[in-house]
Amino acid sequence: MRDRSFAPSRILIYLVVLLIAAAWLAPLAVVVLNSLRSNEEIAQGSMIGWPQHWAWSNYLTAWSGFCVAETCAGIRPYMLNSALVTTPATIFSTLLGAIAGYAVSLWRFRGDTWIYGIVTLGLFLPQQMRLLPWTIVLRDIGLINTLAGLVLIHTIQGLSFTTLFCRNYYVAIPHELIRAARIDGAGFFRIFWRIILPLSGPILVVTVIWQFTHIWNEFLYGVTFTSGQQQPVTAALIALSAAVADIPQHGVQSAAVIIAALPTLLIYLLGGKYFVRGLTAGAVK
Amino acid sequence: MSNVATMKPVRPALPEWVRRLPEYLMIWVPLLLSAAHLVSFSLWTIWISFTPSTLVPVSGWVGLRNYSSVLASRNWQIAFDNLLLFGSAFVLLSAATGLALAILLDQRIRGENVLRSIFLYPLAVSFVVTGTVWSWLLNPGLGIQKLVHDLGWTSFKFDWLIDRDMAIWTIVIAAIWQSSGFAMALFLAGLRSVDTDIIKAAQIDGAGPVRIYRRIILPSLWPITITVVVIQLQFAISTFDLVRALTNGGPGIATQLPALVVYDLMFQRSLLGRGAAAAVLMLLILLAVLLPYAAWRYVQRRRAAHA
Repeated sequence: MRDRSFAPSRILIYLVVLLIAAAWLAPLAVVVLNSLRSNEEIAQGSMIGWPQHWAWSNYLTAWSGFCVAETCAGIRPYMLNSALVTTPATIFSTLLGAIAGYAVSLWRFRGDTWIYGIVTLGLFLPQQMRLLPWTIVLRDIGLINTLAGLVLIHTIQGLSFTTLFCRNYYVAIPHELIRAARIDGAGFFRIFWRIILPLSGPILVVTVIWQFTHIWNEFLYGVTFTSGQQQPVTAALIALSAAVADIPQHGVQSAAVIIAALPTLLIYLLGGKYFVRGLTAGAVK
Repeated sequence: MSNVATMKPVRPALPEWVRRLPEYLMIWVPLLLSAAHLVSFSLWTIWISFTPSTLVPVSGWVGLRNYSSVLASRNWQIAFDNLLLFGSAFVLLSAATGLALAILLDQRIRGENVLRSIFLYPLAVSFVVTGTVWSWLLNPGLGIQKLVHDLGWTSFKFDWLIDRDMAIWTIVIAAIWQSSGFAMALFLAGLRSVDTDIIKAAQIDGAGPVRIYRRIILPSLWPITITVVVIQLQFAISTFDLVRALTNGGPGIATQLPALVVYDLMFQRSLLGRGAAAAVLMLLILLAVLLPYAAWRYVQRRRAAHA
């Protein structure tokens, strides 16, 4: 079973694997091809087909032309919203999670196990349990229907994941290192900057990729706490399908879907190894 | 002159806690905010579920009335039945697919990295995108059925998306496509950690590959299987985006799921008390999965510690 020869059984294995791989790629291929077919061409046939004329203009329309509700600015403003929410929320939650993970794993303080235990419960608590309270909190502090409100939510909620990731990474650092630095008079922040951060490269990449992907792809909070021009791109995609339900524009919609999925797909292609590590790290809680 | 260097400037020493204030703030503020929001938000939602709140939260006590009206509603009953069907079908099929893929990829095949990336890429895409794309593929007037008709087989029928009885299976299909890769990644890690000495010994004893898988490799995978099942169940229970994009709960309310009921009650019908009750019910379903899992993990760890 461990040879590389081409016995019939091996050919069968390759055949099965390649068939499944083709099935897994098919939805992506269909959407990419559709994004290059005109709306009329798709309407005449099916969603599955080869472009007769390459309709590159779909991307321009999707990016800055089509209309959702009364505004006709394409997907661009919503992509910007998603970027403006995802970038700061990813940075804040990762940095704060790194400091918190360092504090509970290496610095230790009274009550650390307790508070860490409660924070990690956030991995399991359904979003639905937090929807109403967030609505009230955001309204009271004046952040309802703002991007800042979404940044706040994703930063605080992301802490459960980022603290867990970083803590599990930092517990492997020998305590003697920290003890020696403390004897030399180094304080909390100095040790973090000089010793912990330089060792944190891989786990910070894992955490950033995880947070970016999750916040970019998040839908429920986006659709609940923002409306109209403030919506992130996931919510805008749903609004777009509803808006064009009467006269479907499948070519343009496909282009919009590709644009919306591109940031996380690119990150996956570039940092696949770290992406998978995050998946399994989150699983082996 | 020589004294000057050793003479310390006379400065009132700051108390220890003031000196360390920034450190305390950096440690406690984020952790406390996170912990406090988790605890207080949960308690608050639980409390609302016992009040007569409708458009706005109000105090008052209605006991379990919100729960009984949610549980009695057709919407919830369909959602719960769907969850049972979708949850078990999705979890079993995605675990089986993931295990099959992992075993296939474990046969030292060429291009393993590329293939693994192909099976995992849907995880990088949002459920909204997945749902939208599959709603096109499964739409009988647009997708696979239309293609087959155009190719000449006009009696071909694949219209689950608009079939009340079968629509829930479209969500199963899309969910399997999205997350089997995750099961595969965990199973593959498990396969790679099986002791190769035992396998070699079995080969020397003349055991064939099928026998080795059945007797040695697969039995060692069951702890990972439980982890996979629990995580996929957790996902199934909170499924929302995928259904919103794929069927929006339809046709009619045929593909309703608990998370959609919560959203509907809270933000479309403005029945906050009932919405909160439905959210708490979701939490209870989740706990019914997670608490046994936590207990199992605890026993496993105790055993490992004593071994």
